[in-house]
Amino acid sequence: MTDVPVGERKQLAPPVDDSGPLGWIRRNLFSSWGNGITTVVLIAALAWILSWFLDWAVFTANFTASTGAECRGQGACWALIREKLRLIFFGTFPYEQQWRPLLAIIAMLAMLITTSDRRMWRPWRLLAIWSVGSFVTFLLMFGQIHIPLSLFLAVALVVGGVGLAFRQGIGTPLEMNAYRALAAVGAVGLVLRFAGILPAWKLPITPFSYVETGLWGGLPVTMILATYGLLFAFPYGILLALGRRSNLPLIKGLCVGFIELIRGVPLISLLIMASVMLPLFLPTGVTFDKFLRAQVAVILFAGAYIAETVRGGLQSLPKGQFEAADAMGLNYAQKTALIILPQALRVVIPPLINTFIGFFKDTSLVLIIGIFDFLNTANQALVDPAWAGYPGEVYLFAAFVYFIFCYSMSRYSKYLEVELNKGTRR
Amino acid sequence: MRNTLAATAASIVAFITSSTAMAGKDLDAIKARGALNCGVGIGTAGFMLADSQGKWRGLSVDVCRAVAAAIFGDAEKVKYAPLTSQQRFTAVQSGEVDIVMGNATWTLTRDTALGLDFTGVYYYDGQSFLVPKTLGVKSARELGGATVCVAPGTTTELNLADYFRANKMTFKPVVIEKVDEIRAAFFAGRCDVYTTDASSLAATRAANVPPPRTFDDFVILPEIISKEPLGPVVRHGDSQFADIVRWALYAMVEAEEHGITSKNVDEMLKSDNPAIKRILGVTPGMGKALGIDERWVYNIVKQVGNYGESFDRNVGKDSPLKIDRGLNRLWSQGGLQYSPPFR
Repeated sequence: MTDVPVGERKQLAPPVDDSGPLGWIRRNLFSSWGNGITTVVLIAALAWILSWFLDWAVFTANFTASTGAECRGQGACWALIREKLRLIFFGTFPYEQQWRPLLAIIAMLAMLITTSDRRMWRPWRLLAIWSVGSFVTFLLMFGQIHIPLSLFLAVALVVGGVGLAFRQGIGTPLEMNAYRALAAVGAVGLVLRFAGILPAWKLPITPFSYVETGLWGGLPVTMILATYGLLFAFPYGILLALGRRSNLPLIKGLCVGFIELIRGVPLISLLIMASVMLPLFLPTGVTFDKFLRAQVAVILFAGAYIAETVRGGLQSLPKGQFEAADAMGLNYAQKTALIILPQALRVVIPPLINTFIGFFKDTSLVLIIGIFDFLNTANQALVDPAWAGYPGEVYLFAAFVYFIFCYSMSRYSKYLEVELNKGTRR
Repeated sequence: MRNTLAATAASIVAFITSSTAMAGKDLDAIKARGALNCGVGIGTAGFMLADSQGKWRGLSVDVCRAVAAAIFGDAEKVKYAPLTSQQRFTAVQSGEVDIVMGNATWTLTRDTALGLDFTGVYYYDGQSFLVPKTLGVKSARELGGATVCVAPGTTTELNLADYFRANKMTFKPVVIEKVDEIRAAFFAGRCDVYTTDASSLAATRAANVPPPRTFDDFVILPEIISKEPLGPVVRHGDSQFADIVRWALYAMVEAEEHGITSKNVDEMLKSDNPAIKRILGVTPGMGKALGIDERWVYNIVKQVGNYGESFDRNVGKDSPLKIDRGLNRLWSQGGLQYSPPFR
């Protein structure tokens, strides 16, 4: 290198600035001629589609028409959504009472949102949230609830039994005796009730007019089917998963048989069995509520899928965890609830939420058995000859509502994944 | 496996015999319940649909309301159960609903082998043809050589072939499975003619014509080439209830024939005409014969309207469907709607 005086040195161009937004664009979108052309073409295409969509959805859209005919030849007919909004959200629920399903939706959302907060993940808090939330939801939907004596007795039996199993060797003698007493009252009471010695007493709560499930429709139906389907399917699926790993051949066989049977048929065929075949095998006049039948079908179906997901989690645990729990002298219930499941469930949260999202959307299959869930009431809005001919608007709106629910669930799953794995991250 | 099959068969047989053994039970159950359980199809324009306020409306729904008006004196005492076409007959067989208005065609096998009874015809439907006005066709006889959009594997396709053969015409079928796709193909001009049941053609014309063309650019040809009588369905076994359903529909037709409408029914109560007096229960007897209130026809006409009113309101000239009365005119005006005499 020869020494050249400063003024005569060849001036190099300054390095290309690749910081800031301009730099980012240069680096990622226009790094070469090919990339530059692709970028320009795609932006032009996007702009064209977007301008077309905005033109259709906003600028030439009709928000105020009073019949479908007035919308003809213009952009989107959002007036249809305005006209049919209450039908789409609440279906055939009595019109002047539709504040009730609205409040029920709010109650269910409040229940779900409080549950999603990890500070609420204590058995008693969850029990309180869900019993109050469910009571409010169903009281609003039905209008009147008659709680039979046997339900109180069954709750006493379950609380006593669960307490006995989990607090064994931990609880004070007083506490254990209280659980024993509860379980005994529940068991004896139920036996007496079915023997006909205790009367068929019911606690009537009747603040509103009664609305049977046949009139329910729209978003509350979708939310109830999904929420309670999964609420019951979740413990049921865990039991199935545990049963599948059981050493007892009978239990194992039953669980494997059930899971494989349910997973081997489509949900539609289960729903049709429940709605078309089941009534034929019952005596004339004996009918189960159609909504309940669909709900049970959803629970059975979701249970089998959740069981398989949970089994994956159980199998991922090293054997040492089981042995360590045994070594500590925990019984089966304590071992499972305190050591195994917390670790197993943490592993399977992403696939579990994936299952939840799938089932939230799968509930729309009930339309084939004539239950007016959200998608079906949206369909119903299309039938009206005064407004028919705008399926795009209605389905776009329905998709938007489904998207809000599913996207929130998927974001929540992401947050939980980070939250729950804090301990294992480095 | 054979045991389960045998058990299944036995329970079905037991179910059929048990349902025929009980007569009059259905009506008692309905009265005890205080409401009529009415199965309806899931949304057919003009016949049954939940309107913007979630209330069921339509020509088929009106028949259920008429039955409720006859039994309870209140057309609102109906519980509607939406049913798909697979469910509708099972639902009425199993007692889940008392009556089905699923726009089901009355056929011999359905009336007998399924353990069901059709109690009349509230709408004479049938296959017809939808054509653009620009085609300049006034009658199906002029359709020789046309391309026809039709759904495959249905009686519709067979009827079409038979009709063209009988009239010594040729046609080119465009066979498409899904209704939406058939409509799209028709409006896109892939075929000259779209053929299916007239009521469905009317719904297509009212709702699916893509702009800039409108309702008025299409006509439904006057020929009806098949018989699709749509009737209310009840289960075998309770003849008294079946009678009430049958005569509730006849009452709507009879009221139209005598010019009794929901507007003038109160004045008609003072009529001197002995036939009208008998119909409206001013001269008692008809209600007693059916085992219901003497003012049943008054209640039906007052709350639901006569057949013509219901037709015009739901599917006819006052509705967006604008279906021609056609075969559903009264017999005295050249149609098929005919009630046996009320006496």
